[in-house]
Amino acid sequence: MEYYLQLIINGLVVGSIYSLVALGFVIIFKATKVVNFAQGELVMVGAYVCFALTVQFQLPFFASFLLTLAFSIVLATAVERLILRPLIGEPIISVIMVTIGLSSMLKSFVQMVWGTQIQVFPAILPQEPYMLLGLPIAPVYVAAFGLSALLFGVFSLFFKFSSLGIAMRATAFDQQAAQSMGIGIKSIFALSWCIAAVVSSIGGIILGNINGINAQLGHLGLKVFPAVILGGLDSLLGAALGGLIIGVLENICEGAAKDLLGLGGFKEVASFLILVVILMVKPYGLFGTKEIERV
Amino acid sequence: MSMHKCGLFYTTYAAEDGLFRSRFQKLCLGLFLAALLAVPQLVDSYAVSILNLILIAVIGAVSLNLLTGMCGQMSLGHGAFVGVGAYGAAILSNAGAPFVAALLGGGAISAMVGMVFGIPSLRLKGIYLAISTLAAQLILEYVFLHASSLTGGANGLPVDPPQILGFAFDTDGRIFYLILAVTVLCVLAVTNVSRTRHGRAFVAIRDYHQSAENVGVNLFAYKLQAFGLSSFLAGVAGGLWSHYTMYITPEQFSMGLSISYLAMIIIGGMGSVIGSIFGAVFITLLPEMLNLLISSLGGIAPDLSAVIVPMKEGVFGLMLVLFLIFEPEGLARKWRLTKAYWKLYPFAY
Repeated sequence: MEYYLQLIINGLVVGSIYSLVALGFVIIFKATKVVNFAQGELVMVGAYVCFALTVQFQLPFFASFLLTLAFSIVLATAVERLILRPLIGEPIISVIMVTIGLSSMLKSFVQMVWGTQIQVFPAILPQEPYMLLGLPIAPVYVAAFGLSALLFGVFSLFFKFSSLGIAMRATAFDQQAAQSMGIGIKSIFALSWCIAAVVSSIGGIILGNINGINAQLGHLGLKVFPAVILGGLDSLLGAALGGLIIGVLENICEGAAKDLLGLGGFKEVASFLILVVILMVKPYGLFGTKEIERV
Repeated sequence: MSMHKCGLFYTTYAAEDGLFRSRFQKLCLGLFLAALLAVPQLVDSYAVSILNLILIAVIGAVSLNLLTGMCGQMSLGHGAFVGVGAYGAAILSNAGAPFVAALLGGGAISAMVGMVFGIPSLRLKGIYLAISTLAAQLILEYVFLHASSLTGGANGLPVDPPQILGFAFDTDGRIFYLILAVTVLCVLAVTNVSRTRHGRAFVAIRDYHQSAENVGVNLFAYKLQAFGLSSFLAGVAGGLWSHYTMYITPEQFSMGLSISYLAMIIIGGMGSVIGSIFGAVFITLLPEMLNLLISSLGGIAPDLSAVIVPMKEGVFGLMLVLFLIFEPEGLARKWRLTKAYWKLYPFAY
């Protein structure tokens, strides 16, 4: 029992990072209808930049954290301006492929600069674990969970009350109507990429503190698809819940497969099996907008 | 490839519907084929081996173009379907089946798997379908890796070179002719599909599925056919691949392979058979070109070799992005423009 409880807690922590990455994905999809296959690479680049600033340039962690966020904003603006904007109005496969091309470029950049070995962040939080229900939990896990909860809170308030957030929702709902009401669509698109890059970087930095980072970190981006499909491609709440549910489910499946069947590495595929089932049963997810077609 | 004179001079419907519409075109194709047949005699075996890889890639790209370019169903799992064919053919051939049977059997297994993963396409479109085929890719990869009693798991699976009626295709030069024959058959098959009732139904589904349904196209049946046919050809490519390389491992059929097939049809030109061929040539040659470039730069900047592997991926991504931004219709459009230019030469109109 304790084994499964531990699995659930680990799942919640990993799931909270999936949620963060999914948040970036959903924000881009909500505002621009672009499916970003480079989300995992944004996580990776953020993690590596922060790593380089803290370890190689010896900056204090907080300063490098802020600098990383600034870097993400610059990167996202450039990506949006140079790569995505020329493709507005192109078919969906082109947009998907351009983000795949972008992910190859980012991956190659990281590998050329930092190589492929695992790099370890210096410990920032205390190592002494907290005890919860008799189980040890590392402070970095608590921080990961807390930080992503905080970011979700901030962004739900932002979308609900701030005028920029309302403009973003309006753009997502109907681009032409939003434009004719005086909303600058281009800046909304750029803004959504910036937010996505910033939350992904934060996810990357947290992950770097838990597991260390390597060039495979981009693979995390794929894990986001089951989470956002489960939650619904355009729902913030869905992203949060979807990430947590997928995180927990895949950990339990992994544990159960190892425990009962002796299968290793089932984690990699469990979430995609779940994904196929969700797609067949409820393609728009728990909270996604249904696209209704009538002739 | 329509090399006819300006103006339409057809006097029969059969002439207009013909696959090769002019004598000049037949002559060009004949010369091209003759040149290809002579290649193994003229160049070294390394060049022939690259040519073999290109031909196998052509089958994969043409088959994906049937599904994605013609029928509009995006697949991120094509590499895995190639893998299913490769493992299927390898297992059959190791069990004693003759090569042709193993190749067709691998294709059939791949077609069945492809149709199973094509079933969601009735409910899902666009991005949702792309993600469900992505799931297919990752699930199949897991199966390749973990069904070790069949596939050898991470250790891989050895395969014997193909043998037909006692003749072993065991050198690059010999197997080249075999691969070339299969490739020509596959390319002809896909070209012909586009001229049939089925091909027109595929195009109708791609262009607007609702009007296709309204004029009586059975969406489910035709989408499944597209998935089945495309994965069958992918499986044939995989069967050739496993018999050619003589050793297959799961990581050969990873997400990266699926993405490079998609890159081939995008860089070549969506929905165009000749485009898929151009794309396959381009994407297969790209790393070779980089190798050449790096080795010629070796004297000037010797530490470049450390970054060459990641750089290949970066250049691949960059090419993809540049093509999508500046030439979304791919090399096929460049080819059309070139032909039009020479047809009108020396006039610009």
